[in-house]
Amino acid sequence: MSQYKPQTLNDTQKLDEMTIPKIPMRETLTKWVSGIVIVLLLLWSWSPVEMRLWISLFTDASNMAEYASGFLSPNFRDFDIFVEQMVVTVQIAIWGTFLAIILGVPFAILSSSNIFPAWIVQPVRRVMDACRAINEIVFALLFVVAVGLGPFAGVMAIFVHNVGVIAKLFSEAVEAIDPRPVEGIRATGAKKLQEVIFGVIPQVMALWISLALYRFETNVRSATVLGMVGAGGIGQLLWENIRSFAYAETAAIMIIVVVSITLIDMLSQRLRKWAL
Amino acid sequence: MSEAIKVQQLSKTFGSDAKALDDVSISISTGEMVALIGASGSGKSTLLRHIAGFVEADRDSVSKITIFDRIMQSQGKITSEARAIRVGVGVIFQQFNLVNRLKVLTNVLIGNLGNMSAFKGSLGLFSDEQKQAAMLALTRVGIAAQAMQRGSTLSGGQQQRAAIARTLVQGAKILVADEPIASLDPSAARKVMDIMTELNQKDNMTILVSLHQVEYALNYCRRTIALRAGKVVYDGPSEALTPEFLNELYGAESEELFLPSLQAKQKNIDNVWAGMPPDQATEPTMNSNMQ
Repeated sequence: MSQYKPQTLNDTQKLDEMTIPKIPMRETLTKWVSGIVIVLLLLWSWSPVEMRLWISLFTDASNMAEYASGFLSPNFRDFDIFVEQMVVTVQIAIWGTFLAIILGVPFAILSSSNIFPAWIVQPVRRVMDACRAINEIVFALLFVVAVGLGPFAGVMAIFVHNVGVIAKLFSEAVEAIDPRPVEGIRATGAKKLQEVIFGVIPQVMALWISLALYRFETNVRSATVLGMVGAGGIGQLLWENIRSFAYAETAAIMIIVVVSITLIDMLSQRLRKWAL
Repeated sequence: MSEAIKVQQLSKTFGSDAKALDDVSISISTGEMVALIGASGSGKSTLLRHIAGFVEADRDSVSKITIFDRIMQSQGKITSEARAIRVGVGVIFQQFNLVNRLKVLTNVLIGNLGNMSAFKGSLGLFSDEQKQAAMLALTRVGIAAQAMQRGSTLSGGQQQRAAIARTLVQGAKILVADEPIASLDPSAARKVMDIMTELNQKDNMTILVSLHQVEYALNYCRRTIALRAGKVVYDGPSEALTPEFLNELYGAESEELFLPSLQAKQKNIDNVWAGMPPDQATEPTMNSNMQ
């Protein structure tokens, strides 16, 4: 490779006369400050989470080996029950997601700042924030108390948490629409609701379907642990087997979960591509 | 003749001091076809959007806009009647404003929403009669064959014609057109202007159309209203708008109101040829710039 030789346009311009533009002080400062902040955050969290124990990953390697050997010989004796519970897990996600969409759509519209005024949008958004802030497991614990042990508590847990998530995701799609078609519909003397039905929803439908499928994937994943607190699905079997040190069965369940989730992810990915 | 559109002392300020409209008063009789001209930023769009009831005028003004003697907005407040008045005022836009994902037929059927029960309209339950009327409107504007296509698959000119069909289905007595041909090629633009002229002459539709170029105003509209910096600077017969007069009204701005003349086009072509091939043509100019 030969060094680049500038073609001077005339004799007055020389290579060593060229000035290199300076990187603005702000940019350099921002880079350093953000680096320092990240390091400080990591140091601050080190001892509270007992990060010093990292060494035991190696000193207690024999425990790990025991786990691993159990996992290497999965026990599929109760295959039928495992699969049955995995199907229930998916069914929990189906109903949870469906109910979340039904209620999430109106809340999404109500929390879109390009459709409704701030005095409606802000309160609705705060309620949705609250739904989202609380994890499914916490809702599951509450619903187990309210409606008893079983998958219905799981459905309700997925539902309530996801109303918040769907409302946020869907309203972000609504806020990104092109306002001009909506104005075109307003010009015909249509009502506000009709502006939304004919002007907004057709624009966001494809994205909504894609987001809903993505949430369904996520919800199947979440539903696999809800059983640990008695809210139905395969999580209960998982929990029982882990607690009784039945690693072979645990391994079998985990394999079933991984395979099911992979299949659902692949299927939903296909569908999402088709929707968009 | 009764007044279709009456605008009285309309002022609109955006932000702190940018006056988009400054004490505009115009009146358009039923059956007129009027051009609204002006350079970019002269307030054409803003005026039309006030007439359509999309924007409210300044609160402290004494403005008033009436459509067939019904008040669309007064003193900066859109009345509760506005939605009902809009049914009679069709609006078409520079970017057509169709819903791209919906079929052309559905886009046209949307014109019925203001005239039918809210329940049926919201569910999209259009009657066969309404569908036939929509097909008739599409036939009139010449795009019946595209009825089942998505709006986005149509060319610009076809989309604008679909938008006009929507206002026909709407039963609008007034058509407000905000730069309807600014995004169209010349032949599509002519087609759209021809359709509007036909609606004006055969259906006695009152038309207020904003145009960027004076030539179209001269060819299609008997009367022209000219805006400059939010003020009406001329309101009268279009034929009075000679280049000299426009120059008087707009000064240097008047240049952008004319289609590029043949002479200017020829000059551009000459430049392109002179610049070929680029290596030889551009280097000397660069040199001279550097020194």
